[in-house]
Amino acid sequence: MNTFLQVLTNGIMLGSLFAIVAVGLTLIFGIVKVVNFAHGEFLMVGMYLTYVLTTWMGIHPFATVILVAPALFLLGAVTQRFLIQPLMSADDDHIQIFATVGLSTALINLALLVFGADIASTPASGLRTPLQLGPVRLLSGQVAILVASIAVVVVLQLFLSRTQTGRAIRAVAQNRAAAQLMGINVNWIYILTFGIGAACVGVASVLIAPLYPTSSGIGTYFVLTAFVVVVLGGLGSIGGAFAGAMIIGLIDSFAGFYIGSDLREVAVFGVFLLILILKPSGLFSSRLNLSHVSP
Amino acid sequence: MLRLENIHAGYGPTTILHDISLTVEAGEVVTIVGANGAGKTTTLRTIAGLIRPTAGTITFEGEDVTRLSSHEMVDRGITLIPEGRQLFPDMTVQENLLMGAYRKAARQHKDAALQEVLSLFPRVRERLTQKAGSLSGGEQQMVAIARGMMARPKLLMFDEPSLGLAPIIVTQVFDVIETIVKTGATVLIVEQNVFHTLKAADRGYVLENGEIVLADTSDALLHNDHVRQAYLGI
Repeated sequence: MNTFLQVLTNGIMLGSLFAIVAVGLTLIFGIVKVVNFAHGEFLMVGMYLTYVLTTWMGIHPFATVILVAPALFLLGAVTQRFLIQPLMSADDDHIQIFATVGLSTALINLALLVFGADIASTPASGLRTPLQLGPVRLLSGQVAILVASIAVVVVLQLFLSRTQTGRAIRAVAQNRAAAQLMGINVNWIYILTFGIGAACVGVASVLIAPLYPTSSGIGTYFVLTAFVVVVLGGLGSIGGAFAGAMIIGLIDSFAGFYIGSDLREVAVFGVFLLILILKPSGLFSSRLNLSHVSP
Repeated sequence: MLRLENIHAGYGPTTILHDISLTVEAGEVVTIVGANGAGKTTTLRTIAGLIRPTAGTITFEGEDVTRLSSHEMVDRGITLIPEGRQLFPDMTVQENLLMGAYRKAARQHKDAALQEVLSLFPRVRERLTQKAGSLSGGEQQMVAIARGMMARPKLLMFDEPSLGLAPIIVTQVFDVIETIVKTGATVLIVEQNVFHTLKAADRGYVLENGEIVLADTSDALLHNDHVRQAYLGI
């Protein structure tokens, strides 16, 4: 029983980690309709920033969020304004995909140029200290990720549903032409949304950096699962992404323990394929409904 | 109030409007009559700032607004109620209405505007918390009109407000438009229901293949042989 509880806890912790990485991805996809293949590299940039700020300034990794999140917001906003926006009128939507893949490659190589191929370890600052909670053991840094991922999801949902800007963001997703008629500056909304999505990754990177060694390839490691989570949750659905992340985290954890650690990914992608076959639109109907009303 | 001079506009390399000139004076109800594909919607979209003219000038209240984008036109007081309703389907009716008062100037009086609009559309009030996508076509059209009025526009443009609605609903939509006209609003309307619209309008333009071929008072157009044959089927 104790083992079961431990595996369950590990799954939830892993799920919250996937959730916080996936939230920004699904937001950008749901609103801007761009699949950001550089999302993992945004995470990598954020983790390097956390590393640099922590080691240079000697502050707690979490404190760097006040600089890392705005920096990532800027990175996302600039990406939308100067890379995606000029391509939005292109006849072929796939050009945007190639652009973000190109950005991803460029960022990986930039990281190699600046930091070399060695891993960079952000000081743990007590976040790798195990906590004993009844029968289960977990790291304090993992608890922080769980709390933060829930907080990010709740804050984003409140922002989208309660504020005028949030409503405008949803309006653009639901009917771009009508949103323009309301006087919403659609290009500005796209820039803002891309920025917010990237800032979410900034928050994720601050939380992940003390637990995982940073390298130029770290983004690829996380983002593949994030894509699975986003598709599983229903593209563009923030709550769906959170639930999808929990499902993937639990499958990963249970399969790793009860089937074999080298078969974890087989189990994750097996379930993923099964769900794609049975319910291609994802498990949860999209909160940001992407359905377009044709003009 | 609004003046289009020698406007050429279209989509990409395709020019749809050729040398369009028209005016709308404050307090007037003006209609554009024409067949499908004549360029009526393009004309309204050009005025709304969704399409940038390739030649010609648009002036509104004495200001050159030719190059302004759609959100700047909303700020000037021009609102287009688009063809096909174009609501935000997954938002509630109330949220849809609030989006109509999105711009800063309109936001300040959004509560008062909401009450005004709801007194005009009692049916909409009953649907405030429902998703807009779940309403019937007629109700959606009422919400679309109400949403357009939330910004308290100086010029209200309607694009085919009766399209795809049952005859009894069409009558209701025209009643609403007539009520709006009675409040002294300035209206530019494009409608397939030519007879109904000319009855309600002061003046009309006849648009054929992207060119204005006739411009006159509604009464004169109602008695014009060409209009009667081509658009009224008499």
